[in-house]
Amino acid sequence: MKTMLNVALPKGRLGEKVYAMFEKAGFECPSIRENNRKLIFENEEKGVRYFWVKPSDVAIYVERGAADVGVAGKDILLEYQPAVYELLDLNLGKCRMAVAAKADFRDDPRRTLKVATKFVNIARNYYTSIGRDIDIIRLNGSIEIAPILGLSDVIVDIVETGTTLKENNLVVHETIVPISARLIANRAGFAFKNEAIETLLRELAAQTEVAV
Amino acid sequence: MNLSQTVISGVESAVFTLRELYGRYGYTPYKMNKFEEYDLYVRNKDFLISDSIITFTDTNGKLMALKPDVTLSIVKNSRDSEGVQKVYYNENVYRVSEGTHAFREIMQAGIECIGDVDEYCLYEVLKLAAESLQSIAADWVLNISHLGVVSAVLEALSVPEAVYGDVFRAIGEKNLHELTALCNQYGIDGEKLGQLITVYGAPSAVLPQLRVLLGECEALAQLERVMAVFVGTPFESHLRIDFSVISNTKYYNGFTFKGFVQGVPDSVLSGGQYDNLMRKIGRRDGAVGFAVYLDMLEQLHAPMSDDADGILLYGDEDIATVSRAVETLTAEGARVIAARVLPPKCRAKHIWKLEQGEVKRVENDA
Repeated sequence: MKTMLNVALPKGRLGEKVYAMFEKAGFECPSIRENNRKLIFENEEKGVRYFWVKPSDVAIYVERGAADVGVAGKDILLEYQPAVYELLDLNLGKCRMAVAAKADFRDDPRRTLKVATKFVNIARNYYTSIGRDIDIIRLNGSIEIAPILGLSDVIVDIVETGTTLKENNLVVHETIVPISARLIANRAGFAFKNEAIETLLRELAAQTEVAV
Repeated sequence: MNLSQTVISGVESAVFTLRELYGRYGYTPYKMNKFEEYDLYVRNKDFLISDSIITFTDTNGKLMALKPDVTLSIVKNSRDSEGVQKVYYNENVYRVSEGTHAFREIMQAGIECIGDVDEYCLYEVLKLAAESLQSIAADWVLNISHLGVVSAVLEALSVPEAVYGDVFRAIGEKNLHELTALCNQYGIDGEKLGQLITVYGAPSAVLPQLRVLLGECEALAQLERVMAVFVGTPFESHLRIDFSVISNTKYYNGFTFKGFVQGVPDSVLSGGQYDNLMRKIGRRDGAVGFAVYLDMLEQLHAPMSDDADGILLYGDEDIATVSRAVETLTAEGARVIAARVLPPKCRAKHIWKLEQGEVKRVENDA
């Protein structure tokens, strides 16, 4: 039986763009384009098996070895710090992790800064690096309303176009780190399926170089 | 006495095999306390895989820790001496595991070779790492790095020490794009570092490439000498040169390595030379060793499909009759659960019933 390369793809538009890159790299799996609710697709001839998973779960599938490789946002990698290899910046899904607040916000260093975010570790690491005392408020969504309602002074969140911030009268005050989609690999998978992963990496790298 | 696989788990069997292996090479068993003074770990926090430690206050008021690491305890309790001290251990440690990000009890076996560590000792430890992996699974890989090679490249490129942490992280993640960005940021020629990060493969293929890339380099020469001894051995095809096996240079130097077996998603063996730790605690000795993470080996073995071969149901029979029936069945090699009624959630291949002193099979599958 041929060894299969297991690939975790993030569900959604980004995942579809990523699959197109994998397809072009020679790891096609036509059944994935069929319109159905299946989550696992394989092409035995090409030795590849794809799973659609929630974008924030891709790193878990790869770290735990259910997938050999996957594509995850840098935000997820920074937040959860999975023990995986980060092989390539795919230059897709580009955005940034930023500190946003009301336009007239001024950081008063005499007070503890209240920070609302989904990305607790990224926020904590950023403020530790600049020596700022903060009170983290963990939220799961609608982060933008926290400063408006006085729940927090600032938010730490992903900013893509800035439209959502603008519509909620918020502006970016600091950029913490640029974000994009990364090709990640399981450490044992890299050792045992090295040829397939190196081929994939080479082909994807060639595509990103052309794109840049 | 021959014990079947139903009695000895895969992990227990690995423990016995490894003990026998290390004993064969003159490593003596080392037993230690479950607790150590917290102070030992605080002073050497960066040496630990995780800096989270479970602590408690002892009856004399001292802050104690549940051992998160074995090497530090062995080093602390040994003294500088002539020759080498070779020990092996099989201990539980308590730390946050990388995979689960939560505290876990982790069973480890491993060896430490402390003292006048020469190149034979380095080879022997690598060979024992290889043999340990071989004894665990047929399909295994030992990734080997030499921090001396990495340090030589960093020094030749005049990489500022302040950036070492970020550079090492990028090398450890095989993260070429971030390493390139770092090099651009600090005006470092990233070419050689880039090649070091991407090189991966059998020593016979990789070492000549490195020789061309690095030219004269004592650390590379040492890597070549030790790898040469593996040529023609059954281990040769399982070895890979991989500089992403990186450890904190405050403690480690020279060889570092990680072992993988097919079926387990992360390294099951990790080790290296830690002369720098010895210097840091005022010791002249050299040291090298490795640990095998036995708890990870559980994943190699499929769960048992049943609790016993059969369930023997009895009624009003006297003790002697039931006992005789059980003895007869176990003498035939069966695993038997004797019970009046079917135990809940119990899985067995057969159900037997005791009727007038006779064992009768009533069902094939329970």
